Amino acid sequence: MTSSLLYAFAGVALCGIGLFGFIRLRHLLRKLMAFNLMGSGVFLVMVGLAQRQGEPDPVPQALVLTGIVVAIAATALAVVLIRRYYHLSGQTTLDESPKEPSQ
Amino acid sequence: MTLWLMAGLLFTPLAWAVLTLLMDFRKGRVVTWLGMLVQLLVSLGLWAVVAGDGGFHYALGGWQAPLGIELRVDGLAVTFVLLTALVAAACGWHASIYLDPAKSWHRYFWPLYWFLWAGLNAVWLGGDLFNLYVGLELISLSAVGLVALGGQAAALRAAIRYLLAALLGSLAYLLGVALIYGQSGSLSLAGIARLTEQSGGDPGLAFALMLMMFGLALKTALFPLHRWLPPAHGIAKSPVSALLSALVVKASFYIAARLWLELGDELGSYALAQGMGLLGGTAVIWGSWRAFLQPKLKQVVAYSSVAQIGYLFLLFPLTWGASEAVSMQAQQGITLQVISHALAKAAMFLAAGNLIMSVGSNRVEALAGVSRFLPFSLFSFGLAGVSLMGLPPSGGFAAKWLLLQASLGSGQWWWLVVLLLGGLLSAGYVFRIYRASFVEDSDIDHFYHPPRSLEVIPMILALLSLGLGLAAESVLSIMALPFEEGGGV
Amino acid sequence: MMRSPGLVLAIVGCLAFTAGLAAAVGHIAGTPAPVSLPDVVVDHLAASGVEHPVTAVLLNFRSYDTLLEIGVLVIAGIAGISMARTTSLEDPELRTTDSLLYALQRWFVPLMLMLAGYLLWAGSDRPGGAFQAGAVLAASGVMMRLGGIPMEFLRPGLLLRIGLALGFAVFLLVALASAFGGEAFLAYPKAFTKPLIMTIETLLTFSIAMVLLALFVSAPVNQAQEPEEGEQK
Repeated sequence: MTSSLLYAFAGVALCGIGLFGFIRLRHLLRKLMAFNLMGSGVFLVMVGLAQRQGEPDPVPQALVLTGIVVAIAATALAVVLIRRYYHLSGQTTLDESPKEPSQ
Repeated sequence: MTLWLMAGLLFTPLAWAVLTLLMDFRKGRVVTWLGMLVQLLVSLGLWAVVAGDGGFHYALGGWQAPLGIELRVDGLAVTFVLLTALVAAACGWHASIYLDPAKSWHRYFWPLYWFLWAGLNAVWLGGDLFNLYVGLELISLSAVGLVALGGQAAALRAAIRYLLAALLGSLAYLLGVALIYGQSGSLSLAGIARLTEQSGGDPGLAFALMLMMFGLALKTALFPLHRWLPPAHGIAKSPVSALLSALVVKASFYIAARLWLELGDELGSYALAQGMGLLGGTAVIWGSWRAFLQPKLKQVVAYSSVAQIGYLFLLFPLTWGASEAVSMQAQQGITLQVISHALAKAAMFLAAGNLIMSVGSNRVEALAGVSRFLPFSLFSFGLAGVSLMGLPPSGGFAAKWLLLQASLGSGQWWWLVVLLLGGLLSAGYVFRIYRASFVEDSDIDHFYHPPRSLEVIPMILALLSLGLGLAAESVLSIMALPFEEGGGV
Repeated sequence: MMRSPGLVLAIVGCLAFTAGLAAAVGHIAGTPAPVSLPDVVVDHLAASGVEHPVTAVLLNFRSYDTLLEIGVLVIAGIAGISMARTTSLEDPELRTTDSLLYALQRWFVPLMLMLAGYLLWAGSDRPGGAFQAGAVLAASGVMMRLGGIPMEFLRPGLLLRIGLALGFAVFLLVALASAFGGEAFLAYPKAFTKPLIMTIETLLTFSIAMVLLALFVSAPVNQAQEPEEGEQK
């Protein structure tokens, strides 16, 4: 087993941990961090699996760079939404509050 | 000529997004009207080219796949490009009159709208797995931005839920792409399809396909992963809801369908196909039932979307292991269903927006008496409902007829129950709206009358959806056109 | 301790998923790939205009992905500033300052700017490029914000929006320009490939930094007394 394959399996573990956190955590920022963990896991699998023979492969590395930028954009947007939501409603989770102002 | 059309199709929405970013709402809408015209003409031109000469692969940057990214311009793709041009132009026109120019944040509607259009075109034409991922993200983020525009707490909650669901779906899809690239060394869908045909099924790739189906089903709001859709589509402004229900949820379904048609025979299984069909059937029944119970008008329409999306997932059991003829019938039925639902649902949401603007409330009970004051919008709502119910000669009827034939032809008679029940249940919630609007004992007699153009637009869309059944032959003939082989070498 | 069924279900589900994924990865790792893209990339590297294969893939072979991805970043920026109805962090009454950080800026900021410039330039033949440089530039902007250095261009207005869109707009124009030459969308003219790529990368760095900074600044930490229109004109 080359070191690249080790990275791929580490990525698998990160995916599992991130998925568990994403499903179970209630606080929105923690959900977001779990999502980022999962994203890192997916990127590791992408690069590690493609490079399992040992020689570097530029295509998945370029794809992961693109993926990181997309993840940054999504995370930044989520953080802006969560901060605004928190300051308009005082809540850090998506549960409905008892008195909902009707639209 | 084709080169110019392709360049124009790809360039225009992105360029208009940049242009409208620098302007305020009023100048932005004038520029957008111009851009809508350009996109409509270019889409029509491309449709004519493909209808005449057949489909082709288009290598971006001059690099052939698998090194570069290739687009797949076939009959189905240009049909959806044209459909997007029609529906997006209608929704954009509606939005330019519906939205209040005095609110400064509405200026950001136009750049998000154009980016959404660009993302949709990227998905319809996509032939490269990773490019499809970026297109999906383009669509998701601009859709979330459109839902959150205005920023009240309820809208933000809906937007956050939508964003988290969309991100999970995209990530599952990307994981599948990572596995497929690891196995096949290529990202071009045509190339991978050729490889799997030669080598047959493979457990690693089968797992990858399951992952991708899960992610795309989450983004298409298949039951039971539909929880994010009703808040998002119900709370957004009406033109945004129309765009979301009509086009955005179809983009992830389109990718799932393409993957299934290319790879499903080798990598899918009977259990997976029937399972997805079963979830689709449950969605039809559950969604229609929930739609009947909703107190708010737009929530009724949103749950109706959940129900109608269920029909789409009948594609999977009806094309897996089926004969060529039955599979083509199923594909044609689903294509008609997508087109007619897009037109009808957009008409419904736009008409609902008019009705809400008129009575000043979004509850179904508050519609009492509106039948006398706003019959035109109510009629558009009803005509759209006719297509959802599947009555002739609407597109919905033609779609269901083809699906019925495919079900019988492949021996899967149990989908008949879903198809027939679904029509009855949708009649339930459409007539509920009508009953509420014909109630005469309301003491409200002041209705605001929206501008005429706002009422014309949903009527046009509803009539198109209704007449689709009559024009079904010519629409579907483009799917059987010759396509140049050899993509993704 | 009583465990709720939801927790048990989640644990079982995630373990099953991880096991399945590991099995799939293990199985795929056992079979060699039929197509070898790295060799194809190396073959075409000379024609791509840059020496580093990752930069070549990003900005030449798969430049459409990069174009759309910058679009995604701009969308996030637009969605972020569209919510700036309350006063922005850049308004004088909301700026945070830290006197120690402010003093250290004199050392940090020039170093970070230089690092960003180096990363951008190094991208052509070793790891580096627009994204890395843009991220470092954005980070130095965040440090300046935290240290209390005023940055007027970050207040909602035309200048901010031009900054967000500039890199993307130039990339798009270059993509269209090649179509005039009769080639496909996004094919660089053979003679100008290297300078075009460098120009695009430089402007992209700037725009990426602007988007990330705008997102950092646009979600305020306290409520305004009345909703501000966000108009500077």
